[in-house]
Amino acid sequence: MGLIDNINKLFDHRIRLGIMSILMVNEEVDFNRLKELLDVTDGNLASHTKTLEKAEYIKIEKSFIGKKPNTRYTATALGKLSFKKHIEALENIIKNQN
Amino acid sequence: MESKKYLEDISQIKDLMNKSSRFISLSGLSGILAGIYAITGAVVAYLFLLPRNSDYVILHSWNFRMLIAILIAVAVLSFVSAYLLTTKKAKKNNEKIWDATTKRLLVSFLIPLVTGGIYILIKLNSQHYGLTASLMLIFYGLALVNASKYTIGKVKYLGYSEIVLGLLCAAYPGYGFWFWVLGFGVLHIVYGSLMYLKEAKA
Repeated sequence: MGLIDNINKLFDHRIRLGIMSILMVNEEVDFNRLKELLDVTDGNLASHTKTLEKAEYIKIEKSFIGKKPNTRYTATALGKLSFKKHIEALENIIKNQN
Repeated sequence: MESKKYLEDISQIKDLMNKSSRFISLSGLSGILAGIYAITGAVVAYLFLLPRNSDYVILHSWNFRMLIAILIAVAVLSFVSAYLLTTKKAKKNNEKIWDATTKRLLVSFLIPLVTGGIYILIKLNSQHYGLTASLMLIFYGLALVNASKYTIGKVKYLGYSEIVLGLLCAAYPGYGFWFWVLGFGVLHIVYGSLMYLKEAKA
């Protein structure tokens, strides 16, 4: 008991976890690069980034490069803090089980 | 069961962080080295090759060829150091050095740089060498800013600084040599040291 409480439900998913990991070490990442790194479909990625945006963990910035739409993602301070807490929780669980 | 899933989560986090930001740990040391090469080259040029007082460097003279040779040597040495340091780092982390990220990084770096290089050569051929230092700084800065989307951290700001220096250099003709030393030598060492300290802390 107690330990599991710190696990962030939002990060308890492969793709959302992946998006956050990438945004922790990159100031700004665009849609195509996220897609390539995570190896997911457009729709899948879009729905998970939307979930993270709703929680205010990431910021989505849309613009146009020429006629092509370009979407870029940045982690917010809240998102980074929550992610760090989540990793600590994961490490604690693993430590306690071994 | 649960614990195994969390272990996998952690290894996925690490893997993605590394894959998406390969050049973090390279930039510090190779930046310092590039700065040292540039200053060494500049000192040699200043002592032996640059004309005294108000004489001009004559195109296609021995001095001029030696200057070009020094420039090429500085560029090649910097590039080789960066390459070796990356490979070493990649091997240590069991990563491939040639993937989509590195290829893109190189392409976006080289397009402005090669454009600038060719432009400078064309200008030199028609005896316009007054703005060479300024053009080198500006195109190098643009190359850095362009490549920075594939790196983490402050490469962008190094790029901006080089561009500003290049423009200042164009505004103050006659001080090209000093702006060049500042941009390619001092800025690289300052930037490299900052990154190096940051890496050591991480």
